[in-house]
Amino acid sequence: MNSEAIVNVSGLKQQFGKLVVLDNIDIDVRKGEILGLLGPSGSGKTTLVKAIIGMLKPTSGKISVLGKEMPTLSIVDRIGYMAQSDALYDDLNAYANLYFFGELYGMKGSEAKKRAEEVLSLVMLSEHAKRPVRTFSGGMKRRLSLAIALFHNPELLILDEPTVGIDPVLRKQFWDEFKRLKAKGVTIIVTTHVMDEAEHCDRLALIRGGDIIALDTPDMLKKASGKDTIEGAFLYYGEERKGEAV
Amino acid sequence: MKALIVAKRLIKQIAADKRSIGLMFAAPVFVIFLLNIILTSSTSKPVIDIVSAPQAFVDAISKDAEVNTAANEEAAIDNLKSGKSDAYILFAGNTPKITIEGSDPSVSGLVMGVVQKNMNSVIPVQPGIPTKALPAIKPEVSYLYGSEDMDMFDSLAPLFMGFFIFFFVFLIAGVSFLRERISGTLERILATPLKRGEIVWGYFMGFGLFVALQTIIIQLFIIYGLNVDVKGNFWLVLLLNLILAGQSLALGTLLSTFARNEFQLFQFIPVVIVPQILFSGIFDLRDAPVWVAALSKIFPLTYGAEALKGVMIKGQNIVDIQYDIYILMGYTALFLILNTVALKKYRKT
Repeated sequence: MNSEAIVNVSGLKQQFGKLVVLDNIDIDVRKGEILGLLGPSGSGKTTLVKAIIGMLKPTSGKISVLGKEMPTLSIVDRIGYMAQSDALYDDLNAYANLYFFGELYGMKGSEAKKRAEEVLSLVMLSEHAKRPVRTFSGGMKRRLSLAIALFHNPELLILDEPTVGIDPVLRKQFWDEFKRLKAKGVTIIVTTHVMDEAEHCDRLALIRGGDIIALDTPDMLKKASGKDTIEGAFLYYGEERKGEAV
Repeated sequence: MKALIVAKRLIKQIAADKRSIGLMFAAPVFVIFLLNIILTSSTSKPVIDIVSAPQAFVDAISKDAEVNTAANEEAAIDNLKSGKSDAYILFAGNTPKITIEGSDPSVSGLVMGVVQKNMNSVIPVQPGIPTKALPAIKPEVSYLYGSEDMDMFDSLAPLFMGFFIFFFVFLIAGVSFLRERISGTLERILATPLKRGEIVWGYFMGFGLFVALQTIIIQLFIIYGLNVDVKGNFWLVLLLNLILAGQSLALGTLLSTFARNEFQLFQFIPVVIVPQILFSGIFDLRDAPVWVAALSKIFPLTYGAEALKGVMIKGQNIVDIQYDIYILMGYTALFLILNTVALKKYRKT
């Protein structure tokens, strides 16, 4: 591999009771890349993400993040996380929500205030900062969740379906921001089930039924499968898997 | 300490929800007020047996009570024991001797009210002197069972105080912690460097503020609003109530971990809350089977109610009730630790 691995997952198996959600997952995430996890809902994307940030303990296999074996709390403050569902306090305003999470990551005082204003303007919520979150639209909540993930300048960003319910204009702005962060050396893992978003990623892991069925750059995936689109490639690899199984 | 950050946020959040705060403080006051009305007013007439009494007196009390004549004192006692009468009256000269059944304070109060109201009729009328100016005759009162000269609400006030504090805190803490779980914010803050114990402590402290206010309001209302007599120290009662509230707060948040939604949480009320009320001393357990008594020793509310009763009715001091305090605090610590462990469901470290 040409650069250092920020996240290393090897032989990961994740099981809930008898249900095996992820099996035999191997993946390296390199510093400064945008890795996309692409797959239909229920394929195990969120479970993989949760295992990486240490909310789950692997049934078997190993995960290390920033040089530490997960699960551990020791490097959590270097990770920014945006959950699939907006976990916000409805009764508090946007600023208070943001500031609370900032404090949990150890930011405080004028530094935290300045940073809060920065990220709020980044997600274009500055003028709504004092509004209670319960009056927010779905897209605004998504933006606030992103602001929370970015607040403490994490070196690894894990975004679970960041653009769900967001209009195309805003989605483009989100991706512009992701690319800006990448240019600053931030590593990003992003899950999506929107095929056209996948084109923006440096590398893509196609996930289906708890398996990584392919892992490469979007161009290589298309080339190797002989298809013009990621969607085509995804279908191709899915079929190929079925063939193997038979 | 990150727990303080959690506590601060929670306080802000609750403060923004005006209706919940209103209910939190008004609901207990309202319910206790209703209970007070039920337990202090009664419209039924007591049944009084007369063994011997001046005719004037019998005529007088007949207006306020159902009066029967008993052949002798033995017959009157039999009637008391079998529940056919509530009291009997026997005059020794001018002094009435009243024996009250006594197991139900509200009936005892009724009997005493009727007798006192009609004592004037016993005083021989002397021309030229108003009856009010004559020395009042003091009846001699004894009780077949018990001897408290308190009304029903007075005797039960410590138990009700403990119970309502316990109950309302349980509900509010349980639902609020549950809401944090349902909205996904609990899982979300567990993806931050916050430790599990810090969340539990943060909740305990943040909620503790409102719970303390609620407890103070309930106590002030019962003692001053409803004029319930406190034999012991006011501050000791407050301390006990706060400890009991803290214990309930810890239990509520712990149990909410085992409920997936509000509906399930409310089902804990008949399972966890009601038995505690039944066994905490509102009903006399002296004649109950041994296992019932043992069961009552498991429930934290039993210790709270016992200590409150000790201080408010018997005037006990902190040394007398120290073990109850230790046990309550022990339960609180246990519940907080269990809750921290239970959060492993969301974050493994």
